[in-house]
Amino acid sequence: MNSVANHKEKNAVVVIRDLYKAFGANEVLRGVNLDLYHGENLVVLGKSGTGKSVLIKIISGLLKPDSGTVNVLGKEVASLRERELNELRLKIGFSFQASALYDSMTVRENLAFPLVRHKRNLSRKQVETAIDTVLDAVGLLRAKRQMPSELSGGQKKRIGVARTLILQPEIMLYDEPTAGLDPITSSDINELINEVKEKYNTSSIIITHDLTCAKVTGDRVAMLLDGTFVKEGSFQSVFETTDERIKSFYDYNFTQ
Amino acid sequence: MPNNTGRKYLISKRIDGFFTSFSDVINFIGRFFKETTKRPLEWNELIKQSYEVGYRSLLLITLTGFITGVVFTKQSRPSLSEFGAQSWLPSLVAIAVVKSLAPLVTALICAGKVGSSIGAELGSMRVTEQIDAMEVSAVKPFKFLVNTRIGATTIMLPMLMLYAAFVSMMGSYLDIYMNEQTSFTTFIEQAFSKITFLDFASSIIRSLVFGFTIGVVGCYKGFYTTGGTQGVGRAANASVVTSMFLIFIEEMLILQIINYFR
Repeated sequence: MNSVANHKEKNAVVVIRDLYKAFGANEVLRGVNLDLYHGENLVVLGKSGTGKSVLIKIISGLLKPDSGTVNVLGKEVASLRERELNELRLKIGFSFQASALYDSMTVRENLAFPLVRHKRNLSRKQVETAIDTVLDAVGLLRAKRQMPSELSGGQKKRIGVARTLILQPEIMLYDEPTAGLDPITSSDINELINEVKEKYNTSSIIITHDLTCAKVTGDRVAMLLDGTFVKEGSFQSVFETTDERIKSFYDYNFTQ
Repeated sequence: MPNNTGRKYLISKRIDGFFTSFSDVINFIGRFFKETTKRPLEWNELIKQSYEVGYRSLLLITLTGFITGVVFTKQSRPSLSEFGAQSWLPSLVAIAVVKSLAPLVTALICAGKVGSSIGAELGSMRVTEQIDAMEVSAVKPFKFLVNTRIGATTIMLPMLMLYAAFVSMMGSYLDIYMNEQTSFTTFIEQAFSKITFLDFASSIIRSLVFGFTIGVVGCYKGFYTTGGTQGVGRAANASVVTSMFLIFIEEMLILQIINYFR
């Protein structure tokens, strides 16, 4: 991905160059280069602990890189002031691995929470309509009055996605969207990711180690190994390789 | 002194760590005041937290305050009787309760009940990424979670202290009435004859400081929790222990300052 031409970069919504991040002596990201193009689903594959989640946390400004540049929608994330970063974050949706729903609030309050704080001129009716729209989009309109503790793992993931969609983001970041889910629920979530892309015209980075998820949702797949991308392309092309590290990852997943 | 990564400490690992934590807390407090001045304020959450801190502590404060009043009166009676000075009981109880017992007992109860609850709640929000979720949706978690909780403990502690003082005095009156048949009017007159405005003011100021301390410690420990569920337990525990320790130190310091103005 180092050789991405400039004309391609113009169409990119996320451009990462020479990104390094370490936690103490543990070097997690070692010279990462990545582009996310407008309207695509990019799957970042890799084993646990290879820095996949760290990568999207840096994109959303939750973590600061040690060196390198992260450009999101034309803005250099690390150099933004708090207000500018928050403006940018309104255009980024982040779906957390464990959903991260506010457990003291109902589903309705979870969805209303970011909306009423950013669009203060909305009437109560408009807020309710926006909530119903995103709940309908994730197929959980009936869960509106429920508490997060009353939802299943798959439902929590859907509500987590709905909470990000309510602000109508341009970029979606999914952190292990199918982790801990049964195959049928995982398949529903994969379908939802594709629906979100179509309906909301989003560009997404999907962090996963689930090859089915990668195959179903990814327009492009990038393989992260030892803190750097070793291969990227279509799902087929990534795994048509002689690289033992990639082959072993593939074999392990599909023989499970 | 080199550590195992080759980095040199200024003095020693422990002392450096203490000063780093101290400066972190100062920054945390500074951030609290900075965020407080920014609009919009989270009024609904402040009211909700004040309800949590105040109303939900009432039962415990009522029980503890009442028992403190009764027990203190019962324990003081024999000593005063030796000098034939039972009639001083209301004044003695009022001085003890208003000047010292009510602020201290209320603060210690709240440090245990409220401090641990804030530490655990924010800690669990941190480890389950709920705080990160607020941040990425461009909502300031510090303002929403920390400012409202510190505000609530600072506002509610003086109110709870006044309520605890009232309940203690009622407990004391009940015991005095049952033993000496003193009328309520006489009890009140005697009780407040030795209490000045400065006594009330000093107790309210101390309660404000204690409330602020409980809020800051609970929020700081919870907001920066690390280490998963074990970390949540540690944050709750540290919130209580640190708050109580600081409350005793503050009690001593504020008393010295107030006595200077007497």
